[in-house]
Amino acid sequence: MTFPMLTTIIALPVIGALLLFAFRDDEAQAPKVRKVALAVSLVVFGLTLWLWNQFVPTSAEFQFVERHAWIPMFGIDYAIGVDGISLLLVVLTGFLTPIALLCSWESVHQKTRAFCMLVLLLESAMIGVFVSLDLFLFYVFWDAMLIPMYFLIGIWGYDRRIYAAIKFLLYTMAGSVLMLLAILALAVMHQQQFGSYSFDLRRMYELRIAENLQVWLFLAFALAFAIKVPLFPFHTWLPDAHTQAPTAGSVILAGVLLKMGTYGLVRFAFPLFPGAALALSPYLAVLAVIGIIYGALVAMVQPDMKKLVAYSSVSHLGFVVLGIAALNTQGVEGAVYQMLNHGVSTGGLFLVVGMLSDRRHTRLISEYGGLKKVTPRLVAAFFVITLSSIGLPGLNGFVGEFLILLGAFARHRTLTVVAATGVILSATYMLWMFQRVNYGAMTNPKNATLHDLTLRESVVLVPIIALCVIMGMFPNLFLRPMAPSVERMLDRVHVNSEVHARVPVPSASPLAARGVER
Amino acid sequence: MLLLIPLLPFIGFLVNASVGRRLSKGTSGGVACAVMLGSFGISLAAVWQLIGLSAESRVIGQTVFSWITSGTFQADFTLRLDPLSSLMILVITGIGSLIHIYSTAYMHGERDADFARYFSYLNLFAAFMLVLVLGSNFLVMFVGWEGVGLCSYLLIGFYYDKKSAADAGKKAFIVNRVGDFGFVLGVLLLWVQFGTIEIQEIARHVAALPVETSFGVLSLATLLLFVGATGKSAQIPLYVWLPDAMEGPTPVSALIHAATMVTAGVYMIGRNAVLFGHTPETLQIVAVVGVATAFFAGTIGLVQHDIKRVLAYSTVSQLGYMFLAMGVGAWGAGIFHLYTHAFFKACLFLGSGAVIHALGGEQDITRMGGLKKDLPITYWTFLIAAIAIAGVPGLAGFFSKDEILFKTFSNGHTVMWVVGVLTSLLTAVYMFRLVFLTFHGERWTPSLAEVHAQAAPAAETSRGASGHDLHAGGHGRDQGGHDGDGHRTGHLHDAPRAMALALIVLAIGSVLAGYIGLPHALGGSNRLEAYLEPSFTAHAEREPGAAAVTEPAGVDHEEPDGAPGQGEGHETGNTATELALMIVSSLIALGGIGTAYYFFLANPSASQRVAQSAGGLRTLLSNKYYVDELYDAVIVQPIKNTSEEALWKRMDAQVIDGAVNGTGWSIRGLSDVLRLLQSGSIRTYAASLLLGAVLVLGMYLWS
Repeated sequence: MTFPMLTTIIALPVIGALLLFAFRDDEAQAPKVRKVALAVSLVVFGLTLWLWNQFVPTSAEFQFVERHAWIPMFGIDYAIGVDGISLLLVVLTGFLTPIALLCSWESVHQKTRAFCMLVLLLESAMIGVFVSLDLFLFYVFWDAMLIPMYFLIGIWGYDRRIYAAIKFLLYTMAGSVLMLLAILALAVMHQQQFGSYSFDLRRMYELRIAENLQVWLFLAFALAFAIKVPLFPFHTWLPDAHTQAPTAGSVILAGVLLKMGTYGLVRFAFPLFPGAALALSPYLAVLAVIGIIYGALVAMVQPDMKKLVAYSSVSHLGFVVLGIAALNTQGVEGAVYQMLNHGVSTGGLFLVVGMLSDRRHTRLISEYGGLKKVTPRLVAAFFVITLSSIGLPGLNGFVGEFLILLGAFARHRTLTVVAATGVILSATYMLWMFQRVNYGAMTNPKNATLHDLTLRESVVLVPIIALCVIMGMFPNLFLRPMAPSVERMLDRVHVNSEVHARVPVPSASPLAARGVER
Repeated sequence: MLLLIPLLPFIGFLVNASVGRRLSKGTSGGVACAVMLGSFGISLAAVWQLIGLSAESRVIGQTVFSWITSGTFQADFTLRLDPLSSLMILVITGIGSLIHIYSTAYMHGERDADFARYFSYLNLFAAFMLVLVLGSNFLVMFVGWEGVGLCSYLLIGFYYDKKSAADAGKKAFIVNRVGDFGFVLGVLLLWVQFGTIEIQEIARHVAALPVETSFGVLSLATLLLFVGATGKSAQIPLYVWLPDAMEGPTPVSALIHAATMVTAGVYMIGRNAVLFGHTPETLQIVAVVGVATAFFAGTIGLVQHDIKRVLAYSTVSQLGYMFLAMGVGAWGAGIFHLYTHAFFKACLFLGSGAVIHALGGEQDITRMGGLKKDLPITYWTFLIAAIAIAGVPGLAGFFSKDEILFKTFSNGHTVMWVVGVLTSLLTAVYMFRLVFLTFHGERWTPSLAEVHAQAAPAAETSRGASGHDLHAGGHGRDQGGHDGDGHRTGHLHDAPRAMALALIVLAIGSVLAGYIGLPHALGGSNRLEAYLEPSFTAHAEREPGAAAVTEPAGVDHEEPDGAPGQGEGHETGNTATELALMIVSSLIALGGIGTAYYFFLANPSASQRVAQSAGGLRTLLSNKYYVDELYDAVIVQPIKNTSEEALWKRMDAQVIDGAVNGTGWSIRGLSDVLRLLQSGSIRTYAASLLLGAVLVLGMYLWS
């Protein structure tokens, strides 16, 4: 067997976190702790890039697969691997973690060691979620991820952090409990159809599930994912969590955690239950479009910058779900692309807002104004990220948004027309915020002495801006490796749903079921 | 080679945006002008090469790279030069260069950093506009399309510390976004329909289809594209951003109105002439909107007091003519007017800039007067451009406007022709009102103010005063002489050399530009329209290859079986009719100038009498028909209120969160436990994590 690269990538942050125990958790050791954590996260990022480099882009198969029996009695494996969809999300996670550490270099100065450890543990869990090929393993990572995030919000957050952290935890757990039941049901079904328990995702794709049962299982999965996305009306945890989380928490939350919801739809809910997915995707699309408009409208009237960005996430993630629900190449590729975009640009927005609130200790838009005169470089970075967020062609946001609209238009024409108005609204709320913060006369003397970007802050923002441009100009770098996997997923949905429709009762032999598999 | 045309200004943008603040004004301005002139030079060479090809094969293409590929969707970054885009790049880089040169003097009073910032935006504007016109598919076109919207945002809001400027910039961007919404939907519909976004391929597909006599898919697609055009080119109902755009520095107005941006909508329709030609239903709408906008904006222009706003409404009105031309299928005539308009409108805006420059920021024409003597260059060039736009025979505007009116008439749109002719009367009146009030008569002095105060309702005076675009503290060089009201009495400086150069070149253009489109009726052969003609038909050509090679393009010329009766009835047209119409419109133009002379120079009290007797109408016009107020009351405020009160404070905070918190409290026990956990030390958390790990490990061992 080749070198277990994925396991290394998952384990390294955990090892790094344990290594931090070697330092005392006090002010004096904090700089060392930060440096070690950063170094570990950079190595991980390097490894994810290596992964991308080694990835065969023409294949739809899972690559770098590792499989070891874990709890054989229940057919639970430690099975991991990446395909074109998860690969880039793993890279995104690797990219954002060092940035999250760097951006809290000065703003986090209490319990620094614990903070760094939690960020690293979170990274492991997040990557674990993306690479799991075993549903049980997936579930373990899915829940494991909640804990560090909970503490990050609850300890280093702003004034209402406890409420926000608990809301985040309860909301997410409520969804995942049902998902766990559905996963168990799948394992039982596997036992019924094939004679043994299994949690192996690839074997699950071969299950034949009666239409009505599919609907229930789909709903159980979809609820967990919808909360995570978050899809309207399950979104109210997000503004609180985002507003209260420290900058690093917001960056990871927006950049990676939300993607797990949409990733889950693409990886699990849709291909596992194709019949239900086809039947229910129009409803999902409706909720997505409501979210696009609703999120944008509510974002428009927010007095708090972080809340505004949080609601804008509801709107942007609505686009992603709309693309997935289109169930065609452009829609799904656009959706996956938009996941990456959103990670970069909304992550970037939270970074900028964090830098402002580090300086002024307020997130209220009305406290700012006229910043362009005092902090021109910060404002320039803010501007580019704003443009990326509102989908200016030539920057990343446009590519995802356009492909999603293209795909969705072919399937849900009227809904897409409504969704496209979100493009107008996003320009409105983003530019309005930008104007109130950066333009106009300098009315508040507290803003007059703010310093421009520090070197460390530039190091954080420059990669984000570079990615906005690269992903806007050369999207094929990212679209090419994901294309075969997306096609595979679409085939599973469309072909299998036909087969399922013809044979609604799960009585066929395993062999017949295999015939369906590509 | 084609790539260099937009790339050079883009490099200029990068230079000034990155290191501009450290460069001297001479260097940053020099870089900006040099890249524009370089781009102009390359454009000339490219067009020369194009003209050298036979009429049917005039296409040069370059695929720069493959941009977006997703399944069967393919968008390459491909540039394409054909007669239509060749004319556009000459206008953009040629007139754009002049505006850059002019700006080096006009903006000289800015701080070095702002000076560089200004030029970086200006370069970027030109680069995006060039991408817009050179793009061979809708998506590349859209890069330029949104890009110029972005630059207008930046330049209109150049004096960003002034709220009105920042607001105006934002308004321009958002109103344009409304149009872009239509544009994008139009593109989506075309892609679903034809499976391509290449403009030429769509044209070929469409050419094989019958003309859509009732409103169908194609009509819907073109209508959506037209919505985009109304945003970019400031037509009803999306023209509202353009007058506010006067907040930007004056040369910017020239750039937006003459060389870039607003012409994009007209160009886009011309670019898709085959498609639009197949949808007479949409064309009817285009024509009506165009002619209505022309008239409506002309009426507002009659009563404005701000020199730049008069010109702004004039632009809206002239663009209306271009859309009228497009709507009646007179593609060549519309583009011809676009081209001549670029000269005289740039000249007028730059002239108004010279006036404002000389007067230290004054923009209210009721506070000017008698500037003829002190500003001879500005006066004469402005006058020439005004004569050109008014449609006096022999100058550029006459030929192009007359061509549009003639096509409108000969295609049977008599009512629109009448409105068009009336509008040309308005044009002559408001332009010469501007000329007479600004340059003729007595020099305005504070003592004269009382006389004027009676004439102008208070509201307008205050608007005029609030419209100054010049930055406080700007124009340091001129400030000594023109501080406060000093300029009223002292000697004024005419345009400095760089500004004068631009004005003179543009004035010459305003006279001569029309002669390449001299109509048959006057013994010409209308070479411009003949040159443009291949751009308005579908070719069975192969798409430009991957390299910058000259394609032997026109294999055979597929007859555009569409658009019967659209446009080109010219050749068979009745020369006598055309001459008769020319005489009518000439008389109208002269009549308009005479009217302006009577009311605003010879007999000013008469204009006051008229104004008083039609007070209601005057108020309506001064307030621009209250359209901005209407939009605010009907669209903006309801959206804000609903979002704030109903959605956020009720739906989110009460309904959804109420339900969630209700659930939460019912399992309060859990949250109490969590609260306890939180208050514990980190060691506890680590322990609990470890515990979890042990549990999992235990399960593993146990099995």
